[in-house]
Amino acid sequence: MERFGSKVIKFYMPLVLYLVFLLFPFYWMANTVFKSDIELYDLELNPLYIHNPTFDNVVHLFTQTIFLKWMWNTFFVAILATIISLAASLLAAYAIQRLQFKTSGPTGVAIFLGYLVPQTILFIPLAHIIFKLRLWDSLWSLVLTYPTFLIPFCTWLLMGYFKSIPKEMEECAMIDGTSRINIFRKIILPLCLPGILSAGIFCFTLSWNEFIYALAFISATTSKTVPIGLVTELVRGDVYHWGPLMAGALCASVPVALVYSFFVEHYVAGMTGALKE
Amino acid sequence: MDAVATVEQEIRPTLRRRFSAALENPTFLGFLFVAPAELLLLIFLAYPLLLGLWLGLTDTIVGRDGNFIGFQNYISLVHDSTFWLTVFNTFLYTVVAVFVKLVLGVGLAVVLNRDFKGKGLMRAIVLLPWIIPTALSAICFWWLYDSTFSGISWTLIKLGFIDHRINFLGDAWNARFSLIVANVWRGIPFFTIGLLAGLQTIDPDLYEAAEIDGAGSWARFRKITLPLLMPLLTVVTVFSTIWTFADFQLVWVITRGGPGGATHIFGTLSFQRAMSGGHFGEGAAISNFMLPILVACVFIAFVFLRKED
Repeated sequence: MERFGSKVIKFYMPLVLYLVFLLFPFYWMANTVFKSDIELYDLELNPLYIHNPTFDNVVHLFTQTIFLKWMWNTFFVAILATIISLAASLLAAYAIQRLQFKTSGPTGVAIFLGYLVPQTILFIPLAHIIFKLRLWDSLWSLVLTYPTFLIPFCTWLLMGYFKSIPKEMEECAMIDGTSRINIFRKIILPLCLPGILSAGIFCFTLSWNEFIYALAFISATTSKTVPIGLVTELVRGDVYHWGPLMAGALCASVPVALVYSFFVEHYVAGMTGALKE
Repeated sequence: MDAVATVEQEIRPTLRRRFSAALENPTFLGFLFVAPAELLLLIFLAYPLLLGLWLGLTDTIVGRDGNFIGFQNYISLVHDSTFWLTVFNTFLYTVVAVFVKLVLGVGLAVVLNRDFKGKGLMRAIVLLPWIIPTALSAICFWWLYDSTFSGISWTLIKLGFIDHRINFLGDAWNARFSLIVANVWRGIPFFTIGLLAGLQTIDPDLYEAAEIDGAGSWARFRKITLPLLMPLLTVVTVFSTIWTFADFQLVWVITRGGPGGATHIFGTLSFQRAMSGGHFGEGAAISNFMLPILVACVFIAFVFLRKED
């Protein structure tokens, strides 16, 4: 009995407190989505409970705003940025980790340092460049700039994977006369598929979540990404459409949550692997 | 004609052969492989970083090149009370949020670091705030902090802790702490999951031995867990410090730097001056104030990690 009591204090109680703290905002979000405006702005009702569930807010989101267009924009940018970053990172990580050319060490460190430069410092000069390149309001401005924060991280993550592949495999293939390109294509790539998957998930979710570049470079309603569209278009002056806003936040989180739930183990492995390096 | 054709035929294979021979040279192939990543980073990362330093010394406005004006942007900022409030806010935000995240993150990692049913599920749930797009969870906090309809106010009133609604975002100090809570909420998972991996590598025998020696759970945590976790703890803290210091979206979405500029941090103030106001030069100067701190963070991390090696 004594031991059970101590387990409650040391384990269950803190766990429940943490869960309430971490999950309450999600509950509040979901709770708002399915309420009517009348219920939402009634101060007498218990706000933690839905009295008359309704889909009005979701319907409003999909019919009164171009939410689907924003979703598509975000998806388009995220996929392209992911492909570009993955390709560049794979080649770079392999070269740095395995080819051991003259400046491979410093190159690795330089690319990693790129990861530590926050977007908050870069967005003003980048906006200047984007303007000069006439990419303002174009989704391509995002496709081109997102890899700057994706590549450093991916390269670092993939270097860890390449390290784990035994060198002997390459050496054997080389003795058999396989060219380096083919070694990379036919031996290395298939072996580090889990690493590529982790890196891809990171790229996709990071691109999906990006905010400041999209806010700075895009102002046309039809070219906005989901987070920007919701924050800037559903709040007009003092009129807040809380219901549709929460519906949008919930719906836009779904793709990321789905990708994540399928690959949780890869995600955690990638995160901890990158930290340990 | 014929002669040219045969010469071409002779040259082509040798060129190709030379190229494939070059591909076997690790240095050549290395440079070739690194080139795409390096080019992208040079054009869209290194160049903007330098351009930002230059823009800070000019009176550039959006869409037009400016003139060199020396340190005028910096001088006017030093005389700008909003700027000093921003400096204060940024440090308050960073120090308090990182410290709380560290304590709560370590706490949750220790709680989760035992075998129980549904451990995997719990870990997945814990990561949720980190996964969900920050702008979207920020919208949720914004609504949660509504001065009239907040569920927090309602609950606290019903429980009898307070007798009037909390004005979360209308009061400067309330707004600052509301932002810190939102930041902590988002950042805990990073600490927890990062440290959990480290905790799992600690040999359980150490704890057993300490227990036999009569060490309590607090002593075991301080004498075994903390020292062994130190390297990982440093990395995680440095990363979190950089991100918190250079934060933007949480503050932008929840308060826009309000009320009356009381919650601006470097990121939001520079965005407001540069994008909303069009003064790229001044905005760049504000961002550049972040550089020394970031460089210091990176330097500390490097020195510390070298020592560990």
